[in-house]
Amino acid sequence: MRSVRWARAGLVFPAWVAIAVLLVPLLALLLKADWAGIPAHLANPTVVPALRLSLLTTTSTLVICALIGTPLAWLLARSTHRATPWLRALVTVPLVLPPVVGGVALLMAYGREGVVGRTLLEVAGWSIPFTPVAVVCAEVFVALPFYVLAVEGAMQGLDPRYDGLAATLGASPWRTFRTVVVPMVAPGIASGAALAWARALGEFGATITFAGNFPGRTQTAPLAVYVALESDPQAAIALSLVMLLISVVILGALRGRWLR
Amino acid sequence: MGRVAAGVAALALALGVAGCSAAGGTPGNGPTRHTVVVLAASSLTESLTAIAKDFEAAHPGTDVQLSFAASSTVVTQVNQGAPADLIALAGTSAAGRLDAKRIVGGSRSVASNTLEIATPPGNPGKVNAITDLSRATLKVVLCVATAPCGEAAAKALSAAGVVAHVVSYENDVKATLAKVQLGEADAAIVYHSDVVSAGGRVRGVQIPASVNQTLDYPLIRLTDDPTTAEFATFLLSDQSRRRLRDNGFQTP
Repeated sequence: MRSVRWARAGLVFPAWVAIAVLLVPLLALLLKADWAGIPAHLANPTVVPALRLSLLTTTSTLVICALIGTPLAWLLARSTHRATPWLRALVTVPLVLPPVVGGVALLMAYGREGVVGRTLLEVAGWSIPFTPVAVVCAEVFVALPFYVLAVEGAMQGLDPRYDGLAATLGASPWRTFRTVVVPMVAPGIASGAALAWARALGEFGATITFAGNFPGRTQTAPLAVYVALESDPQAAIALSLVMLLISVVILGALRGRWLR
Repeated sequence: MGRVAAGVAALALALGVAGCSAAGGTPGNGPTRHTVVVLAASSLTESLTAIAKDFEAAHPGTDVQLSFAASSTVVTQVNQGAPADLIALAGTSAAGRLDAKRIVGGSRSVASNTLEIATPPGNPGKVNAITDLSRATLKVVLCVATAPCGEAAAKALSAAGVVAHVVSYENDVKATLAKVQLGEADAAIVYHSDVVSAGGRVRGVQIPASVNQTLDYPLIRLTDDPTTAEFATFLLSDQSRRRLRDNGFQTP
């Protein structure tokens, strides 16, 4: 009896530590906030443009992820080519890459002196760094793997007999994808989209490295939090709380899948 | 309820023991190795790195640990309890926010610095004067306004009556300089020392003395540790002053 209790404590204690590790910082954020002053701090001239830019760029990121990520997920899920596992591993790389390294890589590719960026500047006169487009590039780079992996997982769970059946009824692969596959994996797409969106919203390292930091143009909410921490810490906390609230809402939307 | 309370108490204890001890480790009290932790303005990167090597070579058994950030960030870190023996800041304004309780002894100026425009070596934006920075086709990068380099650049620009065409405000002076070194920005306002330290990787454009800003670099001791005192004295030695001058600083 005694040993059972000890064994139980051996599990309960580390579990409590884990809960503390995750919740203490968030509670501290709530405790340190100047609640009465929050409306005033949110009126700080950098806060609203930063939230607006974050909303705009993350929404664009989501649309791009859906347009190019869904077909990729489908091909990865159904391909039997022996290179497919390697391709899957490659698209996962940005998931584990430190974001600031992603930012450097993006500069080397699309910067003014970059591999692609130099040609883009010469031919079209476009320079991507320091623009909202650069923010979207950075966000797509870090968020797309989340989307692809989540959607591919859902698609792999889809019985291949559905595709076969659709094909015998004369549906083209495109039509099968559009009218059979996508509707059937809609929950997977929704959770992939939520994950990708949350990752894009939190993007910091690649953005500050590749897009820079200019209020209203490339200063997203996380960058504004970082900058405000030195000039107006309460504004940083207020903006952090807004982002915390958004994260909780996203989690709530995923409740059906993850929180049972 | 009782179990919850016990759990909370247990984990508070665990965090106190396990979580925070990793960050502690009061420097300078090891029996064999004498460590000096220095937090410094990023403009001091090259010169302090060289000076720390000189010191370690002259004082076997010592270890000078350096960390560089914008002076405003250094002050925030110290106020939040970062373990440090010595800090060196760019300009005196950042020190105003420093928690007075952490200061041991007075502050001494180790060097001074002025502003300069940095451009890529080829000067693609054809920047030849501070007044050129207002051109709308130019990509100008400054330090963020909270960092001393950003504060000083804003003063110089306003004294010159120039509204620069800024595309980004970077966290510290080295991040600002990096955008020029990478060729992404046409010009940046950094310190003269940064242009000197960068060697041929950037080109310097003078800012006239009438609008330029001079920043003193105070050295502030946070501990009474003897090795720290020794290093602080060493920073004012002729050898260290030469290092600072080699990197474009002026010394007292």
